[in-house]
Amino acid sequence: MTPESAISIPLDGIRLDNELSLDESLSGLPARRRRAEVLPGFGVSGAITGLVVTALVILPLAVLVLRAASLGPAGFVAAAWTPRARAAYAVSLGASVAAAAISSTLGLVVAWVLARINFPGRRLLDSLVDVPLALPTAVAGLVYSTLYVEKGWLGRYLVPLGFQGAYSRAGIVLVLVFVSLPFAVRVVQPVIESLDRDTEEAARILGASRLQTFFKVVLPAILPAVLTGFALALARSLGEYGSVVFISGNMPFKTEIAPVLIVSRLEEFAYAEATAIAVVLLLLSIGLLVVVNVLQQRVARAAQ
Amino acid sequence: MSSTPTTTGSSPLARAAAIAAAFAIVGGVIVVPLASVFFEALAEGPAAWWRAIAHDPDTRHAIWLSLTVAPVAVAFNTVFGVAAAWLVARFRFPGRSLLISFFDVPFAVSPVVAGLAIVLIFGRQGLLGPTLEWLSLKVIFSWPGLVLATTFVTLPLVVRELIPVMEAIGPEEELAAVSLGAGGWQVFWRVTLPNIRWALLHGIVLANARAMGEFGAVYVVSGHIAGATDTMPLRVEKLFQEYRTPASMAVASVLASIALVTLIVKFVIERRIEAEFHEREGLAPPADSPAVASLAIASPKEAVA
Repeated sequence: MTPESAISIPLDGIRLDNELSLDESLSGLPARRRRAEVLPGFGVSGAITGLVVTALVILPLAVLVLRAASLGPAGFVAAAWTPRARAAYAVSLGASVAAAAISSTLGLVVAWVLARINFPGRRLLDSLVDVPLALPTAVAGLVYSTLYVEKGWLGRYLVPLGFQGAYSRAGIVLVLVFVSLPFAVRVVQPVIESLDRDTEEAARILGASRLQTFFKVVLPAILPAVLTGFALALARSLGEYGSVVFISGNMPFKTEIAPVLIVSRLEEFAYAEATAIAVVLLLLSIGLLVVVNVLQQRVARAAQ
Repeated sequence: MSSTPTTTGSSPLARAAAIAAAFAIVGGVIVVPLASVFFEALAEGPAAWWRAIAHDPDTRHAIWLSLTVAPVAVAFNTVFGVAAAWLVARFRFPGRSLLISFFDVPFAVSPVVAGLAIVLIFGRQGLLGPTLEWLSLKVIFSWPGLVLATTFVTLPLVVRELIPVMEAIGPEEELAAVSLGAGGWQVFWRVTLPNIRWALLHGIVLANARAMGEFGAVYVVSGHIAGATDTMPLRVEKLFQEYRTPASMAVASVLASIALVTLIVKFVIERRIEAEFHEREGLAPPADSPAVASLAIASPKEAVA
């Protein structure tokens, strides 16, 4: 997208900013080019921002990567690719993908209802979706582990049915769904709100069934947003520690996720291994960040 | 938060089923766990709850520690957020978009990885370890480390609230103030701050909630020493590991109450922002970039004016 096309967005009409990446939505009106000469504070704000970003973001991550690089390729692989680490990546990825898929599906339903239907309690439901964002993850982990044990509120019905929701991989998925659900809802909701309903009505008038309309008209339009929600839920789940550590039981090779392994290596003062595993996780999350950015551009283009 | 939809089209039965499904999902995933915190915490009565909170010195210390670490981290982020938003929203310079993407990094990185990176710099075997030891300063396993880790994980929250708002408002009023002879601080206190105050408060509330609840990064840098470096969330875990679940639930219920109050305040502030933007004729409410807002505890606000 060029700066010129950003200018054409009418300020008084529908704003598409939240489908645009930040940079695109900010790009320049000609008048703003004068600011640097007129408005004060460039030096001060630049110094504060530069200092904080360097000290808090760039330096720590650079040190992490350099520490891992100092192991050498063979040393890095030996540290990052042990059988236990491989098992931890598998549990992390498996549980996160499952949780992101469940969150995206459930989130789509919730987003649809919130965006399309007016009913008593809609505002309350809308606010409740934010709870996992504000509730400390340790609280979520604690509660989920007590809910699904044999004597817990839900466990007493589910355990006899053979569903072990605590100290199991299923438990990891459950708590990750809690943690990641708001992302899936909040990314899709505004896109459904901005959908042009005329297209759907046209499809119905032309004889398409409800399901056909959904799969042929609605889904293609919201798919980039759903995928973005999936990627964000996945990113959040991959890095999650606080809630999982309560519910998973942290059994090596079975329910140990990568962040838990990093911590336990660190507690054994095995810095090299902890760092190597952290770098693998870091690369995964930065890769996901890139994917999210690409998807965001697709969302923006679809909204045009 | 979203605009009220107009219900058209589908049959009442389908609508009812969809609403029921949405309530079942949010109820099962969110409301039941939330409610059970309070039920479990008060299972043995309010007296037992109060004993667990107030009569355990380690728990008291954890509450005090959380109440001192979070505001400092939030204060750092407020200064950083205002400065960074001013820089990015009011100036164009090379490397600007790269800088903006750096703001997002703390959302993408696992808190555990962030904590490890801080240990690698400030820990005894870290980059600055010998220097800190020589100065007899302690960062890791101590209060400064907690503040650093908490500041890192909450770094994007304030700045990400402010950038879209400052962009939507535009520099015209500030340019006018400057052309009338106002100095830098005058412009900030008299023009910029009144315009961004609700968004700033929104960011501060969200950053505070996140700071109070941070677990992974703080767990790594704190050494989780009871009565010394345990914050409230770490205390929840410690009590749980010691099979003192009721006490753990009591501390968790305090954290859950903070979260609920946060959401209520957030709701009220969002109404204010809405109202204020409706006053500014022809200006749509600022829309957060969803990638960012949703990774945080913020939620994207309305897309439609």
